[in-house]
Amino acid sequence: MFWLATLLLFQTPPPVLDLPARNPHTTSADLADGKQLYQGRCAGCHGPEGSGGKGANLAVPVLPRAADDRSLYRIIRYGLPDTEMPGSLMDAREIWQTAAFVRSLGSVSAAPVAGDTRNGERVLRGKAGCLQCHALGNEGGRAGPSLTGIGARRGAAHLRAKIADPASEVHESFRMVQVTTRDGRTVRGTRLNEDSWSIQLRDAAGAFHSLWKEEIAKLVSERRTTMPPYRDRLNEQELTDLVAYLSAERGAQ
Amino acid sequence: MKLVIAFFVGLPLLAQVTHERLLNAEKEPGNWLTYSGNFAGHRFSPLQQINDTNASQLQPAWVYQSNSLQKFETTPIVVDGVMYISEAPSHVTALDTKTGRPLWKYRRPMADDIRVCCGQVNRGVAVLGDLVYVGTIDAHLVALDAKTGAVRWDTTVADYRAGLSITVAPLAVKDKIVVGIAGGEYGIRGFLDAYDAKTGKLAWRFWTVPAAGDPEAKTWAGESYKNGSAATWVTGAYDPETNLLYWGTGNPGPDWNGEVRAGDNLYSDCLLALDVDTGKLKWYFQFTPHDVHDWDATEVPVLIDAEIRGQKRKLVLFPNRNAFSYVLDRTTGQFLMGRPYAKQTWATGLDDSGRPIRVAGTSPTVAGTRVWPSVAGANNWYSPSFSPKTGLLYVAAREAGSVYFFGKADFKAGEQYNGGGFRSIPGEEEWGAIRALKPTTGEVAWEHRLFTPPYAGVLSTAGNLVFGATNEGQIFALNAATGKLLWRFQGGGLVRSNPMSYLSEGKQYVAMALGNSLYVFHVR
Ligand code: HEC
Ligand code: HEC
Repeated sequence: MFWLATLLLFQTPPPVLDLPARNPHTTSADLADGKQLYQGRCAGCHGPEGSGGKGANLAVPVLPRAADDRSLYRIIRYGLPDTEMPGSLMDAREIWQTAAFVRSLGSVSAAPVAGDTRNGERVLRGKAGCLQCHALGNEGGRAGPSLTGIGARRGAAHLRAKIADPASEVHESFRMVQVTTRDGRTVRGTRLNEDSWSIQLRDAAGAFHSLWKEEIAKLVSERRTTMPPYRDRLNEQELTDLVAYLSAERGAQ
Repeated sequence: MKLVIAFFVGLPLLAQVTHERLLNAEKEPGNWLTYSGNFAGHRFSPLQQINDTNASQLQPAWVYQSNSLQKFETTPIVVDGVMYISEAPSHVTALDTKTGRPLWKYRRPMADDIRVCCGQVNRGVAVLGDLVYVGTIDAHLVALDAKTGAVRWDTTVADYRAGLSITVAPLAVKDKIVVGIAGGEYGIRGFLDAYDAKTGKLAWRFWTVPAAGDPEAKTWAGESYKNGSAATWVTGAYDPETNLLYWGTGNPGPDWNGEVRAGDNLYSDCLLALDVDTGKLKWYFQFTPHDVHDWDATEVPVLIDAEIRGQKRKLVLFPNRNAFSYVLDRTTGQFLMGRPYAKQTWATGLDDSGRPIRVAGTSPTVAGTRVWPSVAGANNWYSPSFSPKTGLLYVAAREAGSVYFFGKADFKAGEQYNGGGFRSIPGEEEWGAIRALKPTTGEVAWEHRLFTPPYAGVLSTAGNLVFGATNEGQIFALNAATGKLLWRFQGGGLVRSNPMSYLSEGKQYVAMALGNSLYVFHVR
C-alpha cells in the first residue's frame, strides 16, 4: 500500500512542526524562567510541586503521554483535546522552558501516595459501592465518568476532596437534566450535549435521548452531582486507602 | 432513538447488537451494523426512500467536522439512531443521527514515533453486545462502552515500533472480534487475529507468513519469509453456512525487489478462507504469486450465490488490485473465472487454475519498468458493492500505470523495507470509472467515466442508485441500471472513504466522509 508519497493528488500529512527532538532550553536560567511560567500558568491545576490536583500528577519519572520532549512541547502548546488540559500561546522558548521545569518535577521522585491500595480496592468495590456509578476496566456503571486511568488524570488531594465532598468541585460541563415533552413524556438523565435547538442525554438505564427544544415543554438542568458525599461514610483510613488505590489506577496501558 | 422504550421497566432497555442481528442485517435496513453492511461484503442498502426519481433533490442534513487533517476513511456504523465513527488517528465518536451532535468521544493520545507508510488512518469500528471496537494506529484493539465511550479493555496486538499498526475496521463474528494488521512496507510477519469479544483475550492467530519448517516456507528463498509481510488491513467477509471467514492478504516484502524472495511467497496476495472458531486454514487462493508490484489482495470479498458454468454455486467475487476480477467457489476455493476490468499489461491472461500467465519484462528494474495497473492498482481497499436487485457488481476502477523501480533491500526492524519505488508515467493520461460488472462473466454492463482514478468506495441501494465519490471532492449518485448521473455535490476535499445508508426516525440518509468532514444527505 506504499504509494502515497509521490503522487500530487494525495493529501500531505498534517503539518509537523519542525521541532528539535530534545529540549534546547535547559540551562539553570531557563529552569528558573520555566518555574515562574509554571507557577503562573500550570500550578493552579497541577499543584506547585506538580503532584497534581485537578490536573495530572506531573512529578513522575515518565509522563505517560509526554515520554519524549516533542510530545511534552505539543501538549503544552496545544493541550489535550477534549480534556480540561488547555493549550497555551506562550512562545516556543517559553514552552521549552516550562517543559524543562516540568521535567525537573519528575526527577525529584514524588513520594507514592500513602495508603493500603489493597484495602482501598476493597472499599471501592464493597462498602463504598463506587462501581454502581463508575466504570473501572471491564466492569462498573455509567452514571459517572470512568475511573479507568483516573490516577493519571487527577492528583491525590483532588481525588480526596472530590470523594469526601463531591459538591466541592463538579465538572464544569456536568448537568443533570429533567425534560418534560409537550406530549407529556418525562426523561431524566445526564446531559451529553446541548445547543440552541436540541439537547442529548443518557438516562439511568444508559439509553440515549435526543430532543428538539421545540418538542420540550419544560427543561430543568442542574449542575448538582448525583454522587453521594463519603465524608461520613468512610473513615479516615478507608479514605486514604481508597485515594492511594485510585492514584495507582493508571489504565490499561 | 425510541423514547417510549424507556418507560417499559423490566424490558431489556437497550437492544444489544447480537451475532443474530449481525447475521440478519438485511432485516433491519435502518441500521448499518457491520463494515460492509452485511457479512457478505455487499455494501448494499435495501432502503428505497431515496431513489432514482428523487435523488436529484439530495441535500446535506448535517455535517460533522473531524478535527484531524489525516485522510478520513471511516465507514460509519449505525445502531438504533446512534452513529459510531472512527477518526484519525484512532479516535471514536458517537453521534446522534437526529442532530449530528456528539454523544461521547474517545480520544486516544498517540505516541510520537508511529510508523506507517500511508497516513495515520482508520476505516471504522465494529459493534457487538454493548461494546464498540476500534483497532489503533499503535496496534492495540480497544473495546469501548457503547453508551459512554469508556475503555472496557485495551489489548496490545503488536509492537508498533516494529512498524505494525491497525487501520482496518474490525469484524465482529459470533463471540469474537477479528482484526488484521498493517505494516506491509516494514517487513513484518503478517497475521490475522481473533479476540474474545468480552475480555479481549486472544482466541486465535493465523500467521500469513510461515515459520521455519512450515511447508509454505519453501515458497520463499532462504529465510526471506522472515520479513514476508502479507498484512491483513482490509475487513473481510463471513459466511455462516461454511462458517468460514474470507480475508485478503497484502503484498510480500520487500515490495519491488523480488530477487531476495524467489518463489510464490505464500500467503501474500491471497484470499484466505479460515474457520472462524479456530482460525484453521480451509483453503487459500493466491491471485498474484511472487508479486513485485505491491498489488495487495486487500480488497473486500463479495459473497453471492449464482449460476456459473450451468450450476448454482456459492461464490466469492474479488475485483483485485492487479486489474483482474475473480470468481471462486467459496466452499472449496476453486477458480471459476477471472477477467481484466481495467487496463493491465502484466499478464496475457489466467490459466485454468487462475494463475497469471506473465508477460516477460514486467518486473521492476533500476531504470524503471512501465506496467499497468499502477502501484495503487485498478482497485484498492475501498469497497465494491453488489446489488441483488440489479445483479451487478459495482467497482470504482482506476485506469493508470506506474513506472516501477528496483532497489536494494536491507531489512532493519521498524524501518521501511521496500526494495525499490515507483512514479506515475510521464505524459500518460490517468482516469477512472465506476464500472458495473456482470459478476460471473466479468463483462462490463455500463461505465461512468471519471476525470481521475477514484480512491473511494461505492454503495448500491434498492432505490436503484449507486453512490460514489471523486478525488476532486464530489459525492455522486448514478442510476444503478444505466450508470446515468442523477446527482452530485461538492464536499470540498479529497475523498478516501466508503458511503453507507441508514434510517433515523424513519427517514433515509446517506453518509460519507468527504475531505475531513462526514456529510449526511437526505431528501427533504
Ligand atoms: C485548567 C487546568 C489545567 C491547567 C491550567 C493546566 N493543565 Fe495540564 N492537565 C490538566 C488535566 C485535567 C490533565 C489531564 C487530562 C486528561 O487526561 O484528562 C492535564 C494533563 C497534562 C499533561 C499530561 C500528563 C501525562 O499524562 O502525560 C501535561 C504534560 C500537562 N498537563 C502539563 C501542563 C502544563 C505545563 C501546564 C501549564 C502550561 C498545564 N498543564 C496547565 C489540567 C490543566
Ligand atoms: C450514585 C452514583 C455515584 C456513586 C455511588 C459514586 N459516584 Fe463518583 N461521580 C458520580 C457522578 C455522576 C460524577 C460526575 C459529576 C461530578 O463531577 O460529581 C462523579 C464524579 C466522580 C469523580 C470525578 C471524576 C473526574 O474525572 O474528575 C471521581 C474521582 C469519583 N466520582 C469517584 C468516586 C468514588 C471513588 C466513588 C466511591 C467512593 C464514587 N465516585 C461513587 C456518581 C457517583
